[in-house]
Amino acid sequence: MTALALLGRGRRGGLGALGTTAAVVIVAAVVLAVLGPALTSADPDASDFANAYAPPGPGHRLGFDGQGRDLLARLLTGARTSLLGPLWVVALSMTAGTLIAIAAAWFGGWLDSVVSAALDVMFAFPGVLLAMLVAAVFGPGLSAAVLALSVAYLPYIARLLRGAALAERRKPYVQALEVQGAGSVAICLRHLVPNLMPLIAAQATLFFGYAMVDLAIVSYFGLGVRPPTADWGVMVAGGQPGVLQGYLAESLLAGGCIVVLVVAFNVLGERLSDDCGQGGTFGPSRWWRPGRGGTA
Amino acid sequence: MAAYLMRRALMLAVTLLVSSFVVFAGLSLAPGNPLATLSGGRSLPPESVAVLVQRYHLNEPFLVRYVTWLGNAVRGDLGVSIILRQDVSDLISARSGTTIALILYAALIVLVGGVALGLLAALRPGVVDAIVVMSTALVVAVPPFVAAIVLIGVFAVRLRWLPALGNGAGLWEQIRHLTLPALALAAAATAAVARVTRTTVREELGREHVQTAISRGLPYAAVVRRHALRNAAVPISTLAGMTVASMIALAAVVERAFSLNGLGAYLVSAALSKDFAVVQGISLVLVTAFVLVNTLVDVGAALLDPRIKLGGRA
Repeated sequence: MTALALLGRGRRGGLGALGTTAAVVIVAAVVLAVLGPALTSADPDASDFANAYAPPGPGHRLGFDGQGRDLLARLLTGARTSLLGPLWVVALSMTAGTLIAIAAAWFGGWLDSVVSAALDVMFAFPGVLLAMLVAAVFGPGLSAAVLALSVAYLPYIARLLRGAALAERRKPYVQALEVQGAGSVAICLRHLVPNLMPLIAAQATLFFGYAMVDLAIVSYFGLGVRPPTADWGVMVAGGQPGVLQGYLAESLLAGGCIVVLVVAFNVLGERLSDDCGQGGTFGPSRWWRPGRGGTA
Repeated sequence: MAAYLMRRALMLAVTLLVSSFVVFAGLSLAPGNPLATLSGGRSLPPESVAVLVQRYHLNEPFLVRYVTWLGNAVRGDLGVSIILRQDVSDLISARSGTTIALILYAALIVLVGGVALGLLAALRPGVVDAIVVMSTALVVAVPPFVAAIVLIGVFAVRLRWLPALGNGAGLWEQIRHLTLPALALAAAATAAVARVTRTTVREELGREHVQTAISRGLPYAAVVRRHALRNAAVPISTLAGMTVASMIALAAVVERAFSLNGLGAYLVSAALSKDFAVVQGISLVLVTAFVLVNTLVDVGAALLDPRIKLGGRA
């Protein structure tokens, strides 16, 4: 859904060859995840130890994992959790971040100071660490990890959007609307948010990639999605004993899916943020965003 | 400058105080009875309950407990592990060496490898540049646990050059055991630093003062060293510092993948077994380190480059 909306947006701005490829990869992944079970007859959870680490064969095009489960079926089912988790993180952190940013920019004064100070403190918690803390308190689970990451991403999103909202608020059209007697809420919802939308979409795309890796890390620890549920992070962890015996397939395929999608989301996100004139986007200080990450 | 440093120090203190509160409040937020959380859900004899109530001051108000805990933490007493029945401080100091060595090793790889690759690409346009650009573009998106799998599969299992698991004994063995983990942790960051080095050095080489220096006949190597690389040092060191900061949390991934006896891996197992004092203690240590490194990066950038507006980042 998100990807389709972004595609539509991109057609107007022109994504370039690289951006279009990235968008196609994302759409393809979403389609595969939705169609998932229809594409293979194998049951992702049916385990048959006689087939452990069996190579690809007819009906099982990617072979089996260490517990004799069909790898293709698990990858396709895992795509759902691996895509839905980041979607939730992005939806939650973007909504909350936009609300906070616009409230701080619009009302200014002490509210702005308090919000800015709170955001500064929140930078102190790396997302993965916060997710571990939350998992320790509430027990492992995807929803706890999603919540923790949403909170951890909030300061990056809110700080960037606050700056953009402040710039927007000073523009003449906003003052004209105020003079005409339009209410603050109406101006914010009808004019400010739509005008910030390209920036929000670009940020959402970038953060989808971050969230995907961070959720996979948390699940890799066993603190997110619980095995035997199929999920790419869980699969990378589950395939590790096999790696030591020379069976790389499960970990490598699941890890490969994550890398391909993260690259796609990064490329598309960068294209979109270039479109809205956002030279330096904030992000969690990350290795794959050279020189552009906010100093966390 | 003094005012800037003062403000940063004050901010640092406030951030540390608030984050210590968040770490502590986590325990009180836990659903259910704090005693049940402390005991990890096991039923305890009344005398143990009395000891726990006394040790964690459970019959006192929340704020008093927080202040007591923080006071003890500052003095190096982080409580006792419910599972191992040892001082958390001892457990942490026994494991921090591995984590620190891992991060330093990885940081060394990032700086040396990243700057060398970036310089190579910047100074050798053409095939070399294209190879570096293409390979770093791919590696920069590889998260550490995927890098770990690939490195184990290739270098430990297929080629048998380096050990895959464990810490090893003796200095040489320890270095050998840390090599693959450090590479896994450093891979993506090295690629990122290489890309930034390439871009900034290219940019500097095109600048007028560098062109002037070259046209006046100064040796090319000296121009690169003294004019291009020196100006590129600020973005490179800022990025390198930020990646070291992110490694503090990400070291856990690599430690877990390579079965290293480090802080991060211990935090994960403590979180899984609900060993609360340990989770609190390690979180406090990691957050403190993270905030300190980030502050150092900011201050370092301001010191290196006087053009950075001191009031710029609140």
